[in-house]
Amino acid sequence: MAAELGVREAYGAALAELGAEDPGVVVLDADLSSSTQTRLFARAFPNRFFNVGLAEANMMGVAAGLAASGKTPFVSTFAVFATCRCFDQVRTVISQPALNIKIVATHGGITVGEDGASHHAVEDLALACSWPPFTVVVPADAVETAQAVRAAAKARGPFYIRLPRPKLPVVCGEGYRFAIGKAATLRQGRDATVIACGIMVAKALEAAEKLKARGIDCRVLNMSTLKPLDEEAIVLAARETGAIVTAEEHLEHGGLGSRVAQVVAREAPVPMRSVALKNTYAKSGKAEELLERYGLTAAAIQEAVLA
Amino acid sequence: MPGRDDTRSRPGTPPADAPASGSHAGASASLGANARSIRDLQEIARRLRRYVIAMTAKAGSGHPGGSLSAADIVAALYFRVLRHNPAEPRWPDRDRFILSKGHAAPVLYAALAESGYFPLEELLTLRQLGSRLQGHPDMTLTPGVEMSSGSLGQGLSFGVGVALAGRLDRRGYRVYVLLGDGECDEGQVWEAAMAAAHFKLDNLTAIVDHNGQQLDGNCCDIMGLEPLADKWRAFGWNVLEIDGHSMEQVVTSLEEAGRVKRKPTVVIAHTVKGKGVSFMERNLNFHGKAPTAEEAERALKELE
Repeated sequence: MAAELGVREAYGAALAELGAEDPGVVVLDADLSSSTQTRLFARAFPNRFFNVGLAEANMMGVAAGLAASGKTPFVSTFAVFATCRCFDQVRTVISQPALNIKIVATHGGITVGEDGASHHAVEDLALACSWPPFTVVVPADAVETAQAVRAAAKARGPFYIRLPRPKLPVVCGEGYRFAIGKAATLRQGRDATVIACGIMVAKALEAAEKLKARGIDCRVLNMSTLKPLDEEAIVLAARETGAIVTAEEHLEHGGLGSRVAQVVAREAPVPMRSVALKNTYAKSGKAEELLERYGLTAAAIQEAVLA
Repeated sequence: MPGRDDTRSRPGTPPADAPASGSHAGASASLGANARSIRDLQEIARRLRRYVIAMTAKAGSGHPGGSLSAADIVAALYFRVLRHNPAEPRWPDRDRFILSKGHAAPVLYAALAESGYFPLEELLTLRQLGSRLQGHPDMTLTPGVEMSSGSLGQGLSFGVGVALAGRLDRRGYRVYVLLGDGECDEGQVWEAAMAAAHFKLDNLTAIVDHNGQQLDGNCCDIMGLEPLADKWRAFGWNVLEIDGHSMEQVVTSLEEAGRVKRKPTVVIAHTVKGKGVSFMERNLNFHGKAPTAEEAERALKELE
């Protein structure tokens, strides 16, 4: 297993670097800066850091005002609050005017663990992908996180970047180059393709390795950009491997699986399975226990490929 | 339909190319340096009311009541208080007016057109497919519109962001946010009020168009707001209470707000919904319903 690195720490460090490079970068947080790691920026650039307290709705509006005045706001809170709690604020004052705001939401998915269902963001990707001008990114590890945050800062327009709480094994190795809207082929294969994002990418690679022992040659795509989707890579995978499994730490509907299915159904229909949370909320528990209990594992991916 | 002939060519009104109160050249001047007299402002407010009637009647929908109650405030802002330049809507040092109660878009569009941001004739395209004048303000479409609003309760937050940016960039602009009283039911207004005082934003002024009525009835029956002034004071704001139809009081309070240091100011403007048209005043039917052609004709007669 590769070394594990903190994804949120990678975000905080990248943000502090961006702050030094670009005086237009401002950061907003809602009393979670020690969890989201925006505190690294806050320490370095206190004048450009705004802690608005426990008022996420207000935070989105303040960010919009800053963006409309030429700033590049990075806005952080937990994924569940950034999307579910603030849907209308983001929709009206960020999405509709397509302002240059980067929402970097941490604690995505169920690996938040013990805090339970109130803190598990399992709808956030469906919600974020529904905002027309948004680019939606779910990095697979700390390396990709740092690169995605930089790419977002450089691009114009609103972004939603979703990070998990736990440290993740590094899957984007030496020389990895993140590009917005491009899937990365982490493993070539001819018999089936696993398309994954976030924490499920490492599990997809693990599943592919196990399947190899059984004579099944699995392709693995890291689909870190959910929107815009790399349709070309999906169509190629469907045509060349004939079967697709998607894997995500999110409800089955509205996330990666749904989005990939639309492309497959339209362009290259092949059998599909999805590894995701099945129309339910998760309970409290350790992250690994929850992934096991709700079927978000390498074993579940293997089964889906064999099905 | 009298909207189209109701132009600046009317005797006693400024020519179409008249500069707005704070032209670019006058940027260094103090507030209101190029301002018009109280009498002129009253005359402009009357015209804005006429445009509101004409445009909502033509559109066949819209919110005349809350546009008419805010007409004096909006006239004072665009023609006396704000430093702005219609020829350069994105001038970085301009004062900002943010219409949080987005359903009063007609009076905002009227003031923008009267200022010269776009032709007066365009007002009659309100709410039509292809028009730059959306049912609620759209900052991406309409010159001079600072914020996309319509979902209530969000403008003060936006204003806090604009005010923070002005402070960061050491720009001297001021930010004015117009809220409805019914809008103050929204919790986000108070989140923003708390933040504005916390950040000591003395470059931010909120104005509450306190017409006492919201869609379903009188504010006091639907959701009690009082004591409204005490609420703002408790949130750390300097509070001014005025008659929102007294042009002297509107102008004086907005100018005073600019002199208060280290805290934001709110002007609670007591107004009358539908002000200026006898059969629309305090008449809830006209909160979100446009006048018919016949009603518009009567209204315009009263506003002559």
